[in-house]
Amino acid sequence: MSLLEVDDLRVHYETGEGPVKAVDGVSFSIDPGENVGIVGESGCGKTTLADAILGILEENGSVAGGEIRFDGQDITDMSASERRRLMWNEISMIPQSAMNALDPVYTVRDQIVEAIFAHETMSNNEADERVRDLFELVGLDPERADDYPHQFSGGMRQRAMIAMALALEPSLILADEPTTALDVIMQDQILKRISALQDEINSSMMIITHDVSVVAETCDRVVVMYAGKVAEEGPADTIFDRPYHPYTLGLQGAFPNIRKPDQDLVSIPGHPPELIEPPTGCRFVDRCPLATEDCRTSEPPEVRTDDLRTFCHHTDKIDGGFRSRAGDRDAWKETVAAMEIQR
Amino acid sequence: MSEQIEDGEPMLRVENLQKRFRVDDGIVNAITNRLRGDDPSYVHAVDGVSFDLQKGETLGLAGESGCGKTTTGMTLTKLYEPSGGSIRYEGRDITDLEGEDLQAFRRNVQMIFQDPFESLNPKRTIFDTLVEPLKIHDIGNQQKRVARALEFAGLTPPEQFFDQFPHELSGGQRQRVAIARALVLDPDFIVADEPVSMLDVSLRAGVLQLLERMNKEYNLSVVYISHDLSLLRHMCDKLAIMYLGRIVEYGRTEEIIESPKHPYTKALVNAVPVPDPTIKRTRVELAGEVGDAIEVPTGCRFKDRCDEHLGDVCDQVSPPLERKADITGDRLVGCHLFESAEGFDPEAELVKSRSGDGSPVAAESDD
Amino acid sequence: MGIQDETADSIYTDLDEYAGVDDDRSEWSRFIARWRETFASQWRLLKQDTLVVFGIVTIAFFALVAVLAPYIAPHSPLERQYGDDGVLISQWHEPFWLGGEGGHILGTTAEGYDIFSQLVFGTRPALIVGFAAAVITATFGTMVALVAGYYGGRVDDVLMRLVDIAYGLPLLPTVILMVAYLGPSFFNVIIAVCLLQWRSSARVIRSQVLSLRERPFVQSARVAGASDWRIISRHIAPNVLPLTFLYAAFAIGWGILTEAGVSFLGLGDPSQVSWGTMLQSSHTYNAMSHGVWWWFVPPGICIALVVISGFLIGRGYEEITNPKLRRRN
Repeated sequence: MSLLEVDDLRVHYETGEGPVKAVDGVSFSIDPGENVGIVGESGCGKTTLADAILGILEENGSVAGGEIRFDGQDITDMSASERRRLMWNEISMIPQSAMNALDPVYTVRDQIVEAIFAHETMSNNEADERVRDLFELVGLDPERADDYPHQFSGGMRQRAMIAMALALEPSLILADEPTTALDVIMQDQILKRISALQDEINSSMMIITHDVSVVAETCDRVVVMYAGKVAEEGPADTIFDRPYHPYTLGLQGAFPNIRKPDQDLVSIPGHPPELIEPPTGCRFVDRCPLATEDCRTSEPPEVRTDDLRTFCHHTDKIDGGFRSRAGDRDAWKETVAAMEIQR
Repeated sequence: MSEQIEDGEPMLRVENLQKRFRVDDGIVNAITNRLRGDDPSYVHAVDGVSFDLQKGETLGLAGESGCGKTTTGMTLTKLYEPSGGSIRYEGRDITDLEGEDLQAFRRNVQMIFQDPFESLNPKRTIFDTLVEPLKIHDIGNQQKRVARALEFAGLTPPEQFFDQFPHELSGGQRQRVAIARALVLDPDFIVADEPVSMLDVSLRAGVLQLLERMNKEYNLSVVYISHDLSLLRHMCDKLAIMYLGRIVEYGRTEEIIESPKHPYTKALVNAVPVPDPTIKRTRVELAGEVGDAIEVPTGCRFKDRCDEHLGDVCDQVSPPLERKADITGDRLVGCHLFESAEGFDPEAELVKSRSGDGSPVAAESDD
Repeated sequence: MGIQDETADSIYTDLDEYAGVDDDRSEWSRFIARWRETFASQWRLLKQDTLVVFGIVTIAFFALVAVLAPYIAPHSPLERQYGDDGVLISQWHEPFWLGGEGGHILGTTAEGYDIFSQLVFGTRPALIVGFAAAVITATFGTMVALVAGYYGGRVDDVLMRLVDIAYGLPLLPTVILMVAYLGPSFFNVIIAVCLLQWRSSARVIRSQVLSLRERPFVQSARVAGASDWRIISRHIAPNVLPLTFLYAAFAIGWGILTEAGVSFLGLGDPSQVSWGTMLQSSHTYNAMSHGVWWWFVPPGICIALVVISGFLIGRGYEEITNPKLRRRN
C-alpha cells in the first residue's frame, strides 16, 4: 500500500475576486522509501500542495475536495490534535528558508531535543544519543551540537534542519526547495545527503522544486505540475528520457545543461493562466505548440504510455516527431502566446 | 598576466583590481580605536583581480557567494571606487575618473541586476525609467530611442508600456524593461549580475536569448556574474573562476568546464547538478568553509579546503595567476600544482621568505 | 521590427543623437500623472479602512470650521456677554437647552464668554499648530533623513547623534522651558513641538533611505550617471513619501496635544483662545466641582476627536508602509 495517497485534491484560496483554485484535482501517491519530486513554475500549486498535506494552509485557504490519505487514513478531516500527533512523528518538513528557520537564542541541540520531547518520552541521555546519531547522519560534527545557529554556516544550518526533520524518524519528509538559496557547493552537499538518506533510513521524501536538475539527482519519481493540475507523472528516468507532455519538454529545454553546451535554450512563451478563472480545456493551451481546438474545449484525457501518466490530447504527436523538435526554439514560435507577442 | 592572451589593447583591461571595505563601527569606536592605536579592519572583497575584455566578448565571473564577483562587477561600473589597481577602458585609465570624464564613461557601461522586482523604481513609469539616462546625458530623439529599446527587448508595441508602472508587469517583463534601460544609452559593455536567477524557469531562456542577441548582433561585450556554471557555459566565451577575492582560473569556457585544472574549479564544476538522471557525477566534497576576507590567509587562499595541498609552499607562497608549462591552451591558473611557464619559482620564494625577515610572502607575478 | 536587417553596430544608427527637439512627450503631463498615481494609490489603500476615512472626514470638518469660524460663531470668543437683564455676565449660564438664559448654545463661561464661539475659534490654533507641526516636522525630519541616509559616513554619524540628543529631551519640560525663555506665544509652541518631533521621523525614514540607497534601481540610476540630487529627489524621496505622511499624521495629533497641554498649564498665548486655554480657565474656576460640564467637556471632546483622527490616519499610512499589517482579502 502506498504511504501517501493524494486523491483528486482541491485547494482553494478565498480572495476578493473569487476563489483561487491553486490545486485543482491532483492525484498521486508516494510509496514507502520512495523519493518523489514535484516540479513546476512558481504558481503551479506545488507549495500549496505541500501546505495542504502538512495542514498549514494560509488562513484563507482550505481543502475544497478530495482526500489525502496517509497510511490509508484520510487526514483532511482529522481533528487538529490528531493531526498534530501525526506531524513530525510521521510527516516532517524541511522548510523553504531552512537557513533561517532555527531560533537564534537556543543551541542547535536544544532545538532538536525540544522537537523530540514534544512528541516522545525518553531520557535526556537517550535524546543526546539521538542528536549525536542525527548529526552523523547528515554529516555534521556531533561535537558542534552545542553551538548556536549563528556559529553554523548556511549549509550547516540547512543540514541541522534536515537532522531536526529526521529527529522522530518520520516515514515521510517534505522538502520545499531544499537547495534553492544555497551556493553550488553547498547545494551539492545537501543533494548528496538527501540521496544518501534514502539508502540509510527508509523514509520517503517529497521534494518540491522548480529545479529540474535537483529532481534528476534525488528522485525516483516525478510529478510535473502546471496551473494547479498534474501535467505528467512517472519514474524520473522515463520523464527525463521520453516525456509525453509538451510542458515537460519545454521545462527540460529551458534548463541549461552543463554537459550539453550546444543545446538551444527554450523559453515557453507566455505565462501560466490566472487560477481564478482558469481556461476550460487544457490549461497549457495558450503556450502549447501542439494546441488544437479540442484542447480549448475539452479537458485533456489521462493517457498511460509506458509507465507514465500524461494529461494531453496529443501524445501521439509527441512520438510523431515533436519530442525531437522540442529542444528547438522555433518549435515554440507557433503558440498562441508567441503570436500575441509578435503582434 | 592576462594581456598576453591577445595582442593589442583590449576594450577593457583590469589590472590587480582591489576593493576593500572598512569594517564600519561608527564614529565613537573609530575614535577610541585610533586612540588605542588599532588599525581599522578591512574586508578584502576583491584582492588583486586582472582580466581583459575584448569588444564583443562575453566573460563569466563565477564563484560562491562572498568570492567577490559582484563587487568586481560593481567596481567595473564604478558603483564602487577601486581601492587599488587599475581599470583601463579603450586605453584610458578610468580608475579615478570624476566629474565630466566619469559621466562620459558612464555612457558606455551599464548594469543589469538580479532582482527584477527591485531594479525598477516602483514610483516611476516605464517611460520615465527609460528616458532618465537619455536626459542625464542630454541625448536627443528620446521617445524614438525608448521605443526602439523596448521593442528590442521584446516589449511590443512599446507605446503600450510607456505609462505603465512596474507593478503592472510580470517578472519577465520587468527584467526586459531593465535590459531595455541598459540598452537605451547604446553602451559598449554591460555587467549582468545573475540576470535570470530570480525568474521563473520557463521565462529564463527568453531573457537569455535577448542578452545573446545584444552580444551577437550589436557586438556588445557582457560580463556575466553568476554562480550557475551551466548558465555561464551557455552564455560566455571566457570564464574566470573566483575564490576569496581572486581569480584562480581563467580561460575559454569549454576548456575550463571540460578539463578544470585548479582544485577549486574542479570541485565547482563537479558540484553542478545535471538535469539527467542517467549521468552520475564524480563528486569532490570540499571540506570547511570559504575563508575569512578580513584576516586573509597567507599563501594560497584555498589551502585549507584543498585535497592536493603540497605543504609549506601552499601555506606560505601565494600562487600567482599565470600560464602553466604543463597546461595547454589559453589558460591561466593560480596553483602551485602546475609548473609556471613564466619563470615563477614558488620554492625559491619560500626559501627567500625563510632567509628574509621570516614574514610570509605575498607574491605577485611581475610580468 | 526591421532592426535585425541592419548590420550596424547599434540599434539606433538611424536616430540622430543631437536631433533638435528632445522629447515630444510632455514632461509636465508625466509629472502630473506620476503624482496622481502616487496619491491615487495611497487613497485607494486608505479608503479601504473606515476608521481612516472617519479620521480624514473629522479633520476636514474641523478644518472647515476653522476657516469659516467668523461665520459660524455667533460672538467673538473674547467678547463678554450681557445677560437678559443687560448686566455683564459674571457667573456661568447654562446652555439654552438646559433652560439657560441668553440663548447661548453651550452656555457661557464664568467670565461671561460664549463657550460655543470659543470652541469654534479654538479650532484655529489647534489646527494651525497641528498642521504646522506636521508640515515642519515631516519636512525637516525627511530632509535630515535623506541627507544622513544617502551620504552616510560621518554626515550620518553627526546627524544621528543630534537625533539621539533630541531623544534625550523630555517633551513638556522642554516646551515649558522654551516658552518660559522665549515668552508665551503661539509661534514658540509650534517651534517647541517641531524641535521635539522631527527626531522620530528622521530616525525611521533614515533607516528606510539606507535600504533604498542600496536598491538596484538606485544603483542603476547611478550607473546611468545620475547626480546625487537626481537620485535623492526622483528615486529615494518618492519612495519614503508614505513614511513622511505617516509621521505628518502622527505629528498633527502630537502637536495638538502639546498645544493643549501647554495652554492648560497657562503657558499658551494669552491673547488667543484655544481648547487648551478653555480647559485651563474652566479649571481655574473649579468648573468641575461645580458641575459645569458644558464648559470643559466640549473642548475635551474636540481635542480627543482631532488627535484620534490624526492617529487613525497615521495608522492607515502604517498599513501602506508596512504591507504586513494589511489584512488579507
